[in-house]
Amino acid sequence: MSNAIPALVCTDVHKSFGKLEVLKGIDLSVDEHEVICLIGASGSGKSTLLRCINLLEPINRGSIQVAGQEITAPNVDVNQVRRGIGIVFQAFNLFPHMSVMGNVTLAPRKVMGLSRSQADAEAVELLDRFGLADKRDEYPDRLSGGQQQRVAIVRALATHPQLMLLDEVTSALDPELVAEVLNVIRELAAGGMTMLIATHEMGFARDIARRVCFLDEGVLLEQGPPEQIFSSPREERTQQFLQRIIEAGRM
Amino acid sequence: MNRANGSDRARRGSLLQISSVWVAVASTVVVFAALALIIVNAPGWPKVKHAFFDPAEFRAYFATIGHAFVLNIKIFLVAEVLILTLAMVLAVLRSLPGPVFLPIRLLAIGYTDLFRGIPTILLVLLFGFGIPTLQLSHVTRDPVYLGAAALVVIYTAYVSEVYRAGIDSVHPSQEAAARSLGLTRGQTMQTVILPQAVRRVIPPLLNDFIGLQKDTALISVLGPVEALQRANLGSASEFNYTPYVVAAFFFVLITVPQARLTDWLIARDRKRQMAGGRV
Repeated sequence: MSNAIPALVCTDVHKSFGKLEVLKGIDLSVDEHEVICLIGASGSGKSTLLRCINLLEPINRGSIQVAGQEITAPNVDVNQVRRGIGIVFQAFNLFPHMSVMGNVTLAPRKVMGLSRSQADAEAVELLDRFGLADKRDEYPDRLSGGQQQRVAIVRALATHPQLMLLDEVTSALDPELVAEVLNVIRELAAGGMTMLIATHEMGFARDIARRVCFLDEGVLLEQGPPEQIFSSPREERTQQFLQRIIEAGRM
Repeated sequence: MNRANGSDRARRGSLLQISSVWVAVASTVVVFAALALIIVNAPGWPKVKHAFFDPAEFRAYFATIGHAFVLNIKIFLVAEVLILTLAMVLAVLRSLPGPVFLPIRLLAIGYTDLFRGIPTILLVLLFGFGIPTLQLSHVTRDPVYLGAAALVVIYTAYVSEVYRAGIDSVHPSQEAAARSLGLTRGQTMQTVILPQAVRRVIPPLLNDFIGLQKDTALISVLGPVEALQRANLGSASEFNYTPYVVAAFFFVLITVPQARLTDWLIARDRKRQMAGGRV
């Protein structure tokens, strides 16, 4: 462990929707430049945890720190916090009434106060880096799912976040489009981006994650290096989950 | 058949298309001819024809009623701008979340409930005759303005409901995406929610706009000589209802192109956003 301040620290995070407790005390620390994959069945709380970290959902108990700042404290400027955290959703959630450029430059212009020309220049550079330069004037509905998701990643990167949250970003894609999105994420990892990735792609998790965390019914049941989690999981629930994945032919 | 080749099939397809066009034309002609025959052969048709469709009267009143109709156009143009703006404010106020804004939400709800419920002509009368009676020093007594104000108040209630339906139809994930980028609630509303909401409700907005255009005729009860009032005067002096038909003609004349324009706008928007539009 380095002695630098961790990029993200979740301490005893609880979250309930009505009577349903979705997160039952999550403790998780992510170092800078670390890539962590969250695995677990649907409904295990992966998405909710990511949404809580982005402050899209208020937590009921516990605290979340990003780069040493407690973002769940009252009177925190949530918009300022969110600028520093990029989130990419399963369903892309691009703005259908804006072109690719419009989607990517919205936050830089409105939130960071960049001029249109400055924002455009930065957006073109980013789009170019991810092979989307020729799509800049297209509208989202005209792009393939893979292209849309890459645009969504670029949009999240446009505010220069220090932490990226990826919420099952390939789950809504046709199998042949998954690779192009995963390659983008690999490139981000290679560039040192700190990432928390909820995923069902076990092969990808094994290959990109420094640490894999298994969530089960709102509890972080087991975590460790991918080799250990995938080859010799300690917990019975983890073993059962991975067995089901293997049976489904997903690993 | 195995031997049926592509060009055969294509030809059969286009033959089918041509024959369906002919079926449409034929059925339309038959239906309308039948309707016309029924009306023209009705026992009272000569009387109706004379009272409502007198060509000489039509020509005589075309220009004067057309001239009076300009006032209707002025009223609904100015009123529509005010309605679209005020209704937007009302809809946004009503969608403010959280307990702090409850009084504002309640006021907005009360406004819509009240003014959607009042018959338009009643409010026109109330404004037109009630406000001057108050004898306020800085308030106009011009019936055109007072009548128009009543229309604005009523239609703002309707149109704000249309906007609200549009706002509600934008999926919450759009708001989540915008907020996650650091946009404030106001910026999200302005740049992400409202543009999508308004696009979706253009057809019902036009519907209400056309309703407003027709309701400008209600101001005639206060006396201003707009198209209907002009027709009133005309028919009273001629003992003939043709001037009313002339007035109706002008109202229809301006609404039909608007409906086509809206269809075209929607189609263009869809084409721009949807896949496969440009190849």
